[in-house]
Amino acid sequence: MNDAHSGRRNEPAAERLLAHYRTMARIRAFENAAERLYNEKRIPGFVHLSTGQEAIPTGVCANLAPGDQITSTHRGHGHTLAKGGDAGAMMLELFGRVGGYCKGKGGSMHIADFSIGMLGANGVVSAGMPIAVGAAHAAKLLGRETMVACFFGDGAVNRGPFLESLNWAAVFKLPVLFVCEDNRWAATTPTASMTAGPGIAARAEALGIRAFSCDGNDVAAVDDLAGELARKVRAGAGPLFMIARTYRWSGHTSADAGAYRDPAEVARAKEDDPLERTRQQLMGLGVASRDLDGAVAAAESEMAAAIAAAEAAPLPAFADAFADVQDIGAPKMRAGAPA
Amino acid sequence: MTHLSMTEAVRTALAEEMRRDATVWALGEDLGRGGIFQQYKGLQGEFGPARIVDTPISEAAIMGAAVGAAMCGTRPVVEMRYLDFTLCAADELVNQAAKARYMFGGQARVPMVVRQPTGLWGNCAAQHSQSLEAWWAHIPGLVVLTPATPADGYAMLKAAIRADDPVILLEHKELWGMTGAVASEASGEINAVIGRANICRAGGDVTIVSWSKSLHACLDAAALLAAAGIEAEVIDLRSIWPWDRRTVIASAAKTKRLLVVHEAVQDAGFGAEVAATVAEETGVRVKRLGSPRIPVPFSPPLEAAFRRTAAEVAAAARTMFARTPNSSS
Repeated sequence: MNDAHSGRRNEPAAERLLAHYRTMARIRAFENAAERLYNEKRIPGFVHLSTGQEAIPTGVCANLAPGDQITSTHRGHGHTLAKGGDAGAMMLELFGRVGGYCKGKGGSMHIADFSIGMLGANGVVSAGMPIAVGAAHAAKLLGRETMVACFFGDGAVNRGPFLESLNWAAVFKLPVLFVCEDNRWAATTPTASMTAGPGIAARAEALGIRAFSCDGNDVAAVDDLAGELARKVRAGAGPLFMIARTYRWSGHTSADAGAYRDPAEVARAKEDDPLERTRQQLMGLGVASRDLDGAVAAAESEMAAAIAAAEAAPLPAFADAFADVQDIGAPKMRAGAPA
Repeated sequence: MTHLSMTEAVRTALAEEMRRDATVWALGEDLGRGGIFQQYKGLQGEFGPARIVDTPISEAAIMGAAVGAAMCGTRPVVEMRYLDFTLCAADELVNQAAKARYMFGGQARVPMVVRQPTGLWGNCAAQHSQSLEAWWAHIPGLVVLTPATPADGYAMLKAAIRADDPVILLEHKELWGMTGAVASEASGEINAVIGRANICRAGGDVTIVSWSKSLHACLDAAALLAAAGIEAEVIDLRSIWPWDRRTVIASAAKTKRLLVVHEAVQDAGFGAEVAATVAEETGVRVKRLGSPRIPVPFSPPLEAAFRRTAAEVAAAARTMFARTPNSSS
């Protein structure tokens, strides 16, 4: 198995950080594009943006091997890209076109790529958590030496499946790294106002799962912590838990202007931009600003090309709505299909 | 051909499938001690605690972990203990298991079985006695099976384990002790039980469609009707989704009368779907007999208000021979 974390000890810090910067720039460019496309009414539905949270999936997934798996959330674009997903197939899905990751049946909230171990974004808060422990349970049952990183938000800690999944993973000593992306907002409510007790870490610790926190806007800190925890999970330590503190720049959905938030709070958060912080760190390590500008330009042109390809792609055929429901008792195509 | 109880039949089926396929495993509460109905008795001894898995009382995690494990190369058999507890795992069943394949554009399969001990049994009152096959039939992506005999219990559990779809197996609690002949799987019955109804008794005067425990009341009712000179054709639908429209429609078209009987609440029950389909396709007279729309009560005389008897089935069938203003016959 390819242990990304132990392998990187020989990797120069600047090179690894620059790779992170490229990944974060791709996520930022994708989210900016998705937001623009929504505002211009060029894509159907809604999108949940992870702008400002790019360092967390980047730092975590850098420590996963190709055979490792992740579960995601409704705010999942960054997870898919960081795990190695294809921005073109993601964009096609946002447009609901042929060639999209879900053939136009899922949209932003259900993007998955099982070929890279991305087991799906999910429209229900905390719903990825039991699926993550189940994937880890299957790995254990089948004797696979893979692990699962389970992404969820701070809002998820008030749902029952959070408790059930953590307990399950601990009881069965499963190889799961729980990653709480604490962006401080649960839909339009400040999470702290609705979360009793001493905090998220205490909930994990109460179940005997060691919990660690880091600055989720510092990709090197996320990378270091995730690397250490992933190594322990692989070594058979059972589940571990990390909390990465960040902030959700956008509203809950693309339709939510977030007017319930103090503009000063949002402005302060944007000053703590994970991309800008990484850029400063890289320049301190001697990386030229033109290389960093080049990474951003490459990400933006990748997304522009993805948009152009998606807009040119065909829409799915009416009959496709009836495919992939089930093998037994599959639906019959209804009469009256439009020409 | 051997003679087995329902409990023995389904236990044999699971053991045979687990011997055949190392990716099959079962998970649920108290399975190591045999499960509360002893339908897993002795299996942990043979297959070990990693494949007959005792779990916490965490229905959402049982169901959700099974979804994840099913999408990642295994075939979990989920035990819900009582159907009613499935409602603690409704998101995992309805929003995840049933929809994963479709939402992800066909990338995933969710080959899992969800066993739900169903129906009236032992005065268990409102939260341990329900029949909710109509709920599951309403959800695209799910297969719903309701065995009424040990032979079908055996074949259906095997077929469910081999299916690549999520399959709900509704096992009626009053049928655990029922005995009957069970054909070995070499008979070819394994795949014939899904989507194919079984004509249990032939008759030309009225078609009675039922499933699960209620089937047996209908067979008793047919004997009562025969004594009164009415020959009922009794059909065990046995597979709720998919269901055997062809057999039911053909029978109703022949007898010109359809009565659907089930233990679930009559209103918006699956009988309504069967009756409406037959009415649309044939125009024959249809009638439903289900339970009243009340929670299942505890005290025996109250519980009796929920239970439909053979005499009531026979009486309902007889009303279809009376001339009424809406009668077409």
